[in-house]
Amino acid sequence: MNLLKEVEKSYLRSDLPAFKVGDTIRVYSRIKEGEKERVQYFEGIVIGFHRNGVSTTFKVRKESYGVGVERTYPMNSPLIEKIVVKKKGDVRRAKLFFLREVSGKKARIREKKDWLGKKGVAVPAEGTPERTMEEPPPAESAAAPETTETKE
Amino acid sequence: MTTGILGKKLGMTQVFDAEGKVIPVTVIEAGPCTVVQRKTVQSDGYDAVQIGFVPKKAHRVGKPMIGHFRKAGKGAFGALKEMRIASGSPLDAGQEIQVDIFKEGDVVDVTGHTKGRGFAGVIKRWNFKGGRATHGSMFHRAPGSIGASAYPSRVIKNMKMAGHYGNEKVTILNLQVVGVRPEQNLLLVRGAVPGARNSLVFVRHAVKKGN
Repeated sequence: MNLLKEVEKSYLRSDLPAFKVGDTIRVYSRIKEGEKERVQYFEGIVIGFHRNGVSTTFKVRKESYGVGVERTYPMNSPLIEKIVVKKKGDVRRAKLFFLREVSGKKARIREKKDWLGKKGVAVPAEGTPERTMEEPPPAESAAAPETTETKE
Repeated sequence: MTTGILGKKLGMTQVFDAEGKVIPVTVIEAGPCTVVQRKTVQSDGYDAVQIGFVPKKAHRVGKPMIGHFRKAGKGAFGALKEMRIASGSPLDAGQEIQVDIFKEGDVVDVTGHTKGRGFAGVIKRWNFKGGRATHGSMFHRAPGSIGASAYPSRVIKNMKMAGHYGNEKVTILNLQVVGVRPEQNLLLVRGAVPGARNSLVFVRHAVKKGN
């Protein structure tokens, strides 16, 4: 089993920012159209993880022209260019599949705010990073100027 | 020339290829295997080598086998396998076969014993459909008619019936080698191979393709 883990380890990615269920993220992925390769982004709410080592995937959901769209990304796929965390969500469950049934005001996710701990010590809203060696989420402005990116 | 190696199936996982596609792979800890005996046309009437895998303590080996292993002088082994080789092959007793006989992109055949399922009914063993579970049905998982009363008035040979299933030798042909890691004796093969985790498998260059 350990040797199996070692094989998986060489394919794990540690350069992506930490994000959790309920967060609004923008996933930049490389797609190939014929000969050309371009970067496309998909922005939405993370509605669940399927955690399984190197095979871990996550689901992102967004509403596009009134139609719900969900995409599942392999967490360790080399095709993911980068991930930008837009908003931190405050949710109490691991899978947000109820969002498929609701719309409008009910489909809102509360944003995570700094809150005071028991002893009056401010606890930062940022969740503890899931992995080491992670960079903080890049600023939003850094993502904007890239012109080749197209919104799906 | 067909050559092969014995290995241990470690389990399945997935890797990403150069295009970023997900590939399901089985990881096999293959070798190193030692040639225990070399058979030649002069001595045995055909050319082959017997290879050993998984070192075994000498005191756990019976006397006849001790004598056999002593000829190669490389210790005793828990698993032995004979394979045919070309007559001019330089392989001789005592030599080692490593996983580096394979390289990425090779096509291989993998032999193993499937998981034993015990005494299994026809639905599991032969993929029969079975009957309806409810609404007064009295035909659930039974095999149905196996031979009518008037004609043929007997059960035809090889009729698919319940019985022991699994734990049989199966060879999967033409699997692609996705990766080789000689420093860890690991072989990554695309797709599934027969057997449970930690079971013994035999990997050889594909006999019907590529070589």
